[in-house]
Amino acid sequence: MWQGFPIRPDQASTIARGVDHLYYFLTAVDLFFTAFIFLAVFYFAVRYRRRSEQDQATQVEGSLPLEVLWTIIPLGICAFTFLWGSSLFIRNSRPPEAASEIFVVGKQWMWKLQHPEGPMEINELHVPVGRPIKLTTTSEDVIHNFYVPAFRVQKDVVPGMYTSIWFQATETGRFHFFCNQYCGTNHAVMGGYVIVMSPDEYEQWLSGGVRAESMVSAGAQLYEQLACITCHGTGKGPPFTNLFGSKVKLTDGTTVTADETYIRECILYPSVRIPAGYQPIMPTYKGQVTEEQILQLLAYIKSLSSGGANQPGKPNSYPPSLEGGAHGGGNRNVGGQQSPATVPAPRGTGAGEQGKP
Amino acid sequence: MATAVVEPEIGSRVHYLNASYGIKSWLLTTDHKRIAVLYLASITFFFFVGGSAAVLMRLNLISPQGALLEPETYNKLFSMHGIIMVFLFMIPSIPAVLGNFLVPLMIGARDLAFPRLNLLSWYVFVVGGCFTLYAVIAGGVDTGWTFYTPLSTTYANTNVISAALGVFIAGFSSILTGLNFIVTIHKMRAPGLTWFRLPLFIWAIYSTSVIQILGTPVLAITIVLVALERLIHVGVFDPAVGGDPILFQHLFWFYSHPAVYIMILPSMGVMSELVTAFSKKRIFGYSFIAFSSVAIAAISFLVWGHHMFVAGQSVYAGIVFSALSFAVAIPSAIKVFNWTATLYKGSVSYQAPMLYAIGFIGLFTMGGLTGLFLATLAVDAHVHGTYFVVGHFHYIMVGGAVMGYLGGIHYWWPKITGRLYPDGWARLSAAIIFIGFNLTFFPQYMLGYLGMPRRYAVYAPEFQVLNVMSSAGASILGVGYLIPLVYMVWSMRYGPVAGPNPWGAKGLEWQTPSPPPTENFEETPIVTEGAYAYGEEAKVA
Repeated sequence: MWQGFPIRPDQASTIARGVDHLYYFLTAVDLFFTAFIFLAVFYFAVRYRRRSEQDQATQVEGSLPLEVLWTIIPLGICAFTFLWGSSLFIRNSRPPEAASEIFVVGKQWMWKLQHPEGPMEINELHVPVGRPIKLTTTSEDVIHNFYVPAFRVQKDVVPGMYTSIWFQATETGRFHFFCNQYCGTNHAVMGGYVIVMSPDEYEQWLSGGVRAESMVSAGAQLYEQLACITCHGTGKGPPFTNLFGSKVKLTDGTTVTADETYIRECILYPSVRIPAGYQPIMPTYKGQVTEEQILQLLAYIKSLSSGGANQPGKPNSYPPSLEGGAHGGGNRNVGGQQSPATVPAPRGTGAGEQGKP
Repeated sequence: MATAVVEPEIGSRVHYLNASYGIKSWLLTTDHKRIAVLYLASITFFFFVGGSAAVLMRLNLISPQGALLEPETYNKLFSMHGIIMVFLFMIPSIPAVLGNFLVPLMIGARDLAFPRLNLLSWYVFVVGGCFTLYAVIAGGVDTGWTFYTPLSTTYANTNVISAALGVFIAGFSSILTGLNFIVTIHKMRAPGLTWFRLPLFIWAIYSTSVIQILGTPVLAITIVLVALERLIHVGVFDPAVGGDPILFQHLFWFYSHPAVYIMILPSMGVMSELVTAFSKKRIFGYSFIAFSSVAIAAISFLVWGHHMFVAGQSVYAGIVFSALSFAVAIPSAIKVFNWTATLYKGSVSYQAPMLYAIGFIGLFTMGGLTGLFLATLAVDAHVHGTYFVVGHFHYIMVGGAVMGYLGGIHYWWPKITGRLYPDGWARLSAAIIFIGFNLTFFPQYMLGYLGMPRRYAVYAPEFQVLNVMSSAGASILGVGYLIPLVYMVWSMRYGPVAGPNPWGAKGLEWQTPSPPPTENFEETPIVTEGAYAYGEEAKVA
């Protein structure tokens, strides 16, 4: 692109080029048909201009073959574009298994971004290049939207639920992120930068600065402080080992998957969907836990499930294992750097599991 | 409306403008033509109020830090610009002005089916407009015209309820007008005027009226829910009590997507009238254009989810809405090809209405095709919520619908007033509008793809050049819109007398004097030919 006059943002993620190609195709179609119609209109208007009062038009009623032609061709172009766009979208919506998860809470008018290893950032997101990153987001108040133009991704950030996007950065650098759903007075300044670093630099960044607690360990502490253990560790409530992602049978006979949404609902509205075989005795924690604390509890509960590369806080969880992955090149810290082991081993499972089989 | 001094030739004949004098004869009229003129005055007023908001917004955006306004003020301005332009200008414009004036004339009727209901529609519109103006004067509303929850229900501290109430009330005007047109078109066509002899403008108005009747009640209920939530905290949209903020989006867009077709279909109807009259030709593909209006109206109710591809909607819902959104584009494409083909072997002249029509065809094609970008899931995932969307809908609504409206106003002005406006000035304005429009909105496509979000009072500095271009264009566009105000008003007193058919056009409205008598026709016409029966080989449809 010309130096001074860009027509697209940086292509800084694995999906950016694919999106741009589809965009160029659509631009070509648009410009072609606009030009075609405009030139046709212009040509007819000049060629058949009225030269005198007596000028007669030649009446042409219509033409079925032409109608069919200019129905089929647009239909074909639309079908082709639809299929290309949908398949790209489906592919772009699915985070790779090995994605590490970062938790984002938006509120008027700032972003809090929580790394599983502990650091929390405000309006800035440091990530390593070449690694798939999944952002799980929620809002504390109104609907926001986390948008990184250079990565070609965005998603509304909605109160009361979790939404997520993923990306894998392909270049280091600083890239804007913006709030992209109007959210009130300071909507336009509710943004910041994604700072993509080499894995070594990222590791350094993680270990520098104030050493914060990992999310898993914070969640583990909350588990005790909030007295969850008194029921969930004694059989009065379902145990958390291998809970996350499993299918839970409810008292009404239906089955639900124990994902982030269900577990959050149990913490805040425990009487809505009760697992079969348990009494409706869980008190609500609404008003006693912040969204960040819920995310920490989720991180802890997730760590109690076996398998899964995106387990925050486990000593070997960063960098995520690339064995068998299709991500090509990149740094492999074989036997090399690990996060400083300040995290306690999560309960219930053996430490040292090495990513997904 | 005060008594007007008229030229002797017009004054010596009794017509709808001079049949009675005095303000009561206007404010209590049931004549569809006078009601159309009342609407013309009201919506022109709202157009300039909404337009002033846009001028201030574009001035502010000259600088990345905001050249003129505090963010809070800017947010109120873009909200008011949207609310006023959508609900108080675009949605009524062609149906309430041109539709009211022309539907009975085009079908050979004396008036609409329910003349007093028609007057009520105007009053309802004015009351709705007053509530909205009150909201402006009382400090504005800053939720955007889309009122997303829970911002509008829980967190906004501006005049949400009065603005929403204004929209709620004005919506009934839309419903009643639609009802009136549907009944009129079914029951009051002159003898011999079968459905497939109707002017395509009538087909367009009919399809629009169906959307108005079916869709607007959903908006009304949605607004009631927002007001209830705000007043007594019902909680339908509040996740803290089990409500769903995204439900609002489904309800809102279920109306507001068909609403955009309320805004464009009548303009497409005007197009069919203009290209035939100014090329002296029958329309190419009459039934294809007629059925495409109906198809657009039907499919328009099925695509609302394309506003929500990144809202937290499922990927599968996205796929369905994407496919349907592509489908709704096809009938519009068919129309564009048919209008273009109508010019072939015609006898084409370039008065102002035709310049607006040609502008429409080009700008609507470009803007409509950018809709395909937004229907494409993978691209929308990048440009949703950016200036790309703003560029897209302004190309359709301003480059399309408003150009069609202005073309129609210029075309039927002699019929409405009995006078001709100066065509030189009219063509100059059309050219200024075309140039100003493109300079304003084409850079916005580029800003959008580069990642500039919409509704931003301040922005990242790298977006400045394109913003300055857009603001420069807006100043030109503003001049283009002001000039007609001057020469149209001038023409009402000083313009040459038009006569019944200054364009030599086909259509029942041209068979009666300009301005028409109150009862429209001396005797009910009997129709023996199809629409646009130009040329000696004109076949009877």
